[in-house]
Amino acid sequence: MKKGISFRQAFYTLLKRDLQIAIRHKGDIFNPLLFFILIVTLFPLAIGPEPQILSRIAPGIIWVAALLASMLSLERLFKADYVDGSLEQMLLSPQPLPLMVLAKVLAHWLLTGVPLILVAPLLAVLLHLDSNSYGALMATLALGTPVLSLLGAIGVALTVGLHKGGVLLSLLILPLYIPVLIFATTAIDAAGFNLPYDGHLAIIAAMLVGSLTLAPFAIGASLRVSTN
Amino acid sequence: MWKWLHSYADPERAYNLSGKLLPWFAMLAIALIGIGSVWGLAFAPTDYQQGDSYRIIFIHVPAASMSMAAYMGMATSAFIGLVWQIKSADWAAAAIAPIGAVITFIALLTGATWGKPMWGTWWVWDARLTAELVLLFLYLGVIALYASFEDKVLAARAAGILAIVGVINIPIIKYSVEWWSSLHQPSTIRITGQSTMPTEMLYPLLINILGFGLMIGAITLIRFRSEVLARNSMRPWVRTLAKAQGVK
Repeated sequence: MKKGISFRQAFYTLLKRDLQIAIRHKGDIFNPLLFFILIVTLFPLAIGPEPQILSRIAPGIIWVAALLASMLSLERLFKADYVDGSLEQMLLSPQPLPLMVLAKVLAHWLLTGVPLILVAPLLAVLLHLDSNSYGALMATLALGTPVLSLLGAIGVALTVGLHKGGVLLSLLILPLYIPVLIFATTAIDAAGFNLPYDGHLAIIAAMLVGSLTLAPFAIGASLRVSTN
Repeated sequence: MWKWLHSYADPERAYNLSGKLLPWFAMLAIALIGIGSVWGLAFAPTDYQQGDSYRIIFIHVPAASMSMAAYMGMATSAFIGLVWQIKSADWAAAAIAPIGAVITFIALLTGATWGKPMWGTWWVWDARLTAELVLLFLYLGVIALYASFEDKVLAARAAGILAIVGVINIPIIKYSVEWWSSLHQPSTIRITGQSTMPTEMLYPLLINILGFGLMIGAITLIRFRSEVLARNSMRPWVRTLAKAQGVK
């Protein structure tokens, strides 16, 4: 029996669809980004504008804000599709579910993770980050934010059928985010002291590879539970 | 070969078996924890460096090691429930979660009370301590997810997936003291080879670890039995059981 469309076609179709939907609702892209910028802005106001303190805590602030922004933006990953029923069509389609899920997560990362990476150096300037930390900041964000999207998608898939998923979602996925946060911020700190940080990067990359291969299956299983 | 095992997937049989096992687990746990604690707290020799305050390890080490063992038990039963669709395994996982959370909390609390006189601080952001804290959060996440579904069959599956994903934290806790230079001392008990601890201290500790394991088993059995009854309350066998107990 002929399958109809190939895996690659299915992947790109879904990716294109998700990107198009997001581009038509521009708020979906800009709101998490604005949230990210606002959170970072709050810290100098709350802690005080001394450049030494700010440059010391800048990696932590940027990463925690990135974590929260990515978590907030995740909610819409499956919600709209769940409400209008297209998620169930996706589950029923002959294409493997982990592949479909991977396309959706990739679209989500392109729409929320990449803008975040692009705006991060600007915020780093505002927080007086050490000039030799910029490379580490960009590298950890580039490797780390896809991990956040993949791990977070598991939590979203588990809570998509619930009405009060918001707070629960943070309870479920923030503990899973902690290792990424630890290695990313220690890498940036190490770079600030002119120490080698490629070991930290290698561990984040390992997390990325691990979650890239395993998370789609967990997300798929979770979606099957949630939609039942 | 494993066919005899499958018959215990039936809720009624699982309920009866756990009822038979419960007194053994409970009695052994009480006896072992009694012996281990009295031996450890009263008769084991005083440490030449730490004085008597080291004695908290007779509670702390069993609680900490069992917090990981309970998580593995929960994740294993969740995995069995998810793969072979055995509901009894899902209930067992749901029964373990709160116990594991409490044991983890005890491990953190006793560690903090030991840390205050020894390290001079209640808490340090050290790899092992942080990982144990994350374990507590994972337990709480599993409990919260299980509680938030109306349909408990779905709840058990969703919580099971989360429990399985969280297993990644267990090796991080176990080897954190070897991977990072940590304030927490490396493990002193060796399964193979010589333990770096005098035997007069080691034996009460091992007895208490076993006792804590049996205690968790006993409480899990109690919770498992009530979980089985709650999920099967409409079944005839539960009704006859309730009638035999005098419920109208």
